[in-house]
Amino acid sequence: MDFNLSEEHLGVQKMVREFTQKEIAPVIKEYDRKQEMPSFILPRMAELGILGINIPVRYGGQGFDYITLGLVCEELEAMDSTLRVIMSVHMGLNSMAILQWGTEEQKQKFLVPQAKGEKVACFGLTEPGVGTDVAGMSSTAKKDGDDWVLNGEKMWISLATKADHALVVMLTNPDAKDSHDRLTAFIVEMDSKGVTTGDIHGKLGVRAGSTGWIAFQDVRVPDANRLGEEGEGFRIAMSCLDNGRYTVGAGATGLIRASLDASVNYAHQREAFGREIGKFQLVQQKIAYMVQSYEMARLLYLRAGWMKNQGVRNTRETSIAKWFATDASFQAASEAIQVHGAYGYSDEYDVERYLRNSKGAVIYEGTSEVHQLMQAGYALGYRKDGPLRKELPAYDAEFWQEEK
Amino acid sequence: MKIVVRIKLVPDTAAKVVVEDGQVTWGDAPLVINPWDEFAVEAALQLTEQHGGEVIALSVGEESSREALKHALAMGCNEAILVSDYVIDPDTQRTAKVLAAAVEKIGDVDLVIFGKQSIDGDNAVTGTQTARNLGWPSLTLVSAVPALDVDAKTIRIERAVEEGRQVVDGVLPAVLSIVKDYGEPRYPSFIGIRKASKAEIPVWSLEDLGIELPNVVVSWSEIMNPPQREVTNEIVQGDSVEETAAALADKLFAEKVL
Ligand SMILES: Cc1cc2nc3c(=O)[nH]c(=O)nc-3n(C[C@H](O)[C@H](O)[C@H](O)COP(=O)(O)OP(=O)(O)OC[C@H]3O[C@@H](n4cnc5c(N)ncnc54)[C@H](O)[C@@H]3O)c2cc1C
Ligand SMILES: Cc1cc2nc3c(=O)[nH]c(=O)nc-3n(C[C@H](O)[C@H](O)[C@H](O)COP(=O)(O)OP(=O)(O)OC[C@H]3O[C@@H](n4cnc5c(N)ncnc54)[C@H](O)[C@@H]3O)c2cc1C
Repeated sequence: MDFNLSEEHLGVQKMVREFTQKEIAPVIKEYDRKQEMPSFILPRMAELGILGINIPVRYGGQGFDYITLGLVCEELEAMDSTLRVIMSVHMGLNSMAILQWGTEEQKQKFLVPQAKGEKVACFGLTEPGVGTDVAGMSSTAKKDGDDWVLNGEKMWISLATKADHALVVMLTNPDAKDSHDRLTAFIVEMDSKGVTTGDIHGKLGVRAGSTGWIAFQDVRVPDANRLGEEGEGFRIAMSCLDNGRYTVGAGATGLIRASLDASVNYAHQREAFGREIGKFQLVQQKIAYMVQSYEMARLLYLRAGWMKNQGVRNTRETSIAKWFATDASFQAASEAIQVHGAYGYSDEYDVERYLRNSKGAVIYEGTSEVHQLMQAGYALGYRKDGPLRKELPAYDAEFWQEEK
Repeated sequence: MKIVVRIKLVPDTAAKVVVEDGQVTWGDAPLVINPWDEFAVEAALQLTEQHGGEVIALSVGEESSREALKHALAMGCNEAILVSDYVIDPDTQRTAKVLAAAVEKIGDVDLVIFGKQSIDGDNAVTGTQTARNLGWPSLTLVSAVPALDVDAKTIRIERAVEEGRQVVDGVLPAVLSIVKDYGEPRYPSFIGIRKASKAEIPVWSLEDLGIELPNVVVSWSEIMNPPQREVTNEIVQGDSVEETAAALADKLFAEKVL
């Protein structure tokens, strides 16, 4: 067993940290207040290569491993959750799915520009009427010659109004006996006729990000844009979540770290009863729990990342990493406000934003309840992960880094 | 064009540097590339982007200096060389002699670029001393290079001096020291990070350079912490700007600041 990060890992971590501190820290509060995504963020992340960090160089990416993706997410969310959300949908839920399930033509057409950051990608599963109960969705795709015709609405979609490509899951065979065989996945170009989008305002958190809806009205999508086989949509969606949840877990780890760092700083500065408040045991206890959460969350996501590198199925391990880190980040942010007293309750400090941002991650990519059901299911033997027709490829440094 | 950039490993700017038992220490604070050297690397990379050529990062110091060299490689330098078997000491003349010998060994160098100074010693003389050893012109405090002709061996630089900007024409080869105005240093690129992590950095000894160190002429006979100063804050207030200013002026007179 080797707990060391490589020189490459450390280099990327440092670079992304520098980027967030120099370019995001000075403006994040302002955009969060305005409920607006800074327009420079996506082009800048593209230019720096972050949007293709773990995609093979031959597909336009930077050729780093899955652990690097986790480290990047930790750094991004230590600044602001909205930055990590970009990686969750663009990379975890969309680009990695094309890497896993896509045909070579689909990789050339969609993955390459996404990895280069020329095109931004999102993922549409949730609908106004269903979230957790994916198989109960009502948006449809109907075959018409060589095309599919899509109708319906997706809701709560991160980057809905920013993305060029969306990976969406639609109901294609409502009569299938097994409800899990009813869905099919498609790659939709967002400038297609009949696609409209909008942003949702008044969110509790991720206010400097974009969350919206996508409506489909007789949208024609060629069969060549079908990802995977007909009826495979549910399994593809779940495999997407294995990667999306990984980025969320790693990101939430960063949010715990940010809460911890802010609390430690403040505990040194603030005095009460003639000494710095860090000297009080009850404040120390809060800090101790944050340290514990951070270390545990970090080990959990790094294990999941390591398993991805090895090409080992990690649905269970990713679920527990996501569940633990997001619950712990909500707790850590809340305690960080407590350490800050009344100042923590105002947006003069960052910790109130951390708390608002942390709540979303306990809901999306499987609510905490869903992860509890999953973990109990594994433990009780009710749940087993069968093999997939196509697994996420193991990280092979040579293949990933070759120019080709 | 061949450019050598001098890279130094220094304690992080956030480190608390103190004297303990007559020795300077920064505790377990991390060591980083001298921030000024990042501007030097940026200048070198921009110059080769404009005029072609390669950039070699050169450090004189202990093994740990590799870290700083790797940062320079990750930013985009083509090669890195470490001259080790040498312990950093406060005598910049010795460092300059080693640097000059390394530049000569590299050969065909057109420019040697330094950061304005290093944040640990803050001497800001090693560049000029190196130029002197090489017998090359020393062009300091460079904020821009508006003209460079490698074939004609001419260079025009702008210097950021207190009075304003000074334009100086010089000849190549030359030694430059770079100030912040040159441009914000770029981040390491991901491809650069990978290249740096795989790079083999050759280590040269003094024997490789064929030199012996001159005797130390500067030594630190005594190092001490500066005396603690009592600082008090007072906010001067008044009903109008004029009143506030007058009150402030009175205070400054009373304290004999003015
Ligand atoms: C900021 C943000 C960004 C998002 N981005 C995206 C995106 O990019 N793409 C996308 O497709 N979706 C996205 N979502 C939607 C998200 O995935 C859903 O909100 C989530 O799946 C939960 O679904 P729901 O909101 O419909 O809640 P529901 O499914 O209606 O759940 C309501 C409550 O019931 C509980 N519950 C439901 N079923 C069970 C059960 N069987 N047992 C026990 N409890 C249960 C849930 O845990 C929850 O507490 C985003 C959401 C947010 C808040
Ligand atoms: C919305 C809002 C409305 C308010 N309204 C009023 C009002 O109308 N009138 C008014 O007077 N005040 C008001 N307050 C102020 C409020 O009473 C204070 O915020 C509160 O007393 C805590 O003080 P503090 O914020 O200075 O935190 P601090 O006292 O600085 O405490 C910081 C942290 O250190 C901990 N700590 C401090 N001392 C100890 C100790 N001995 N042992 C262990 N832990 C310790 C605290 O529990 C906290 O976690 C309001 C605050 C808010 C947020």
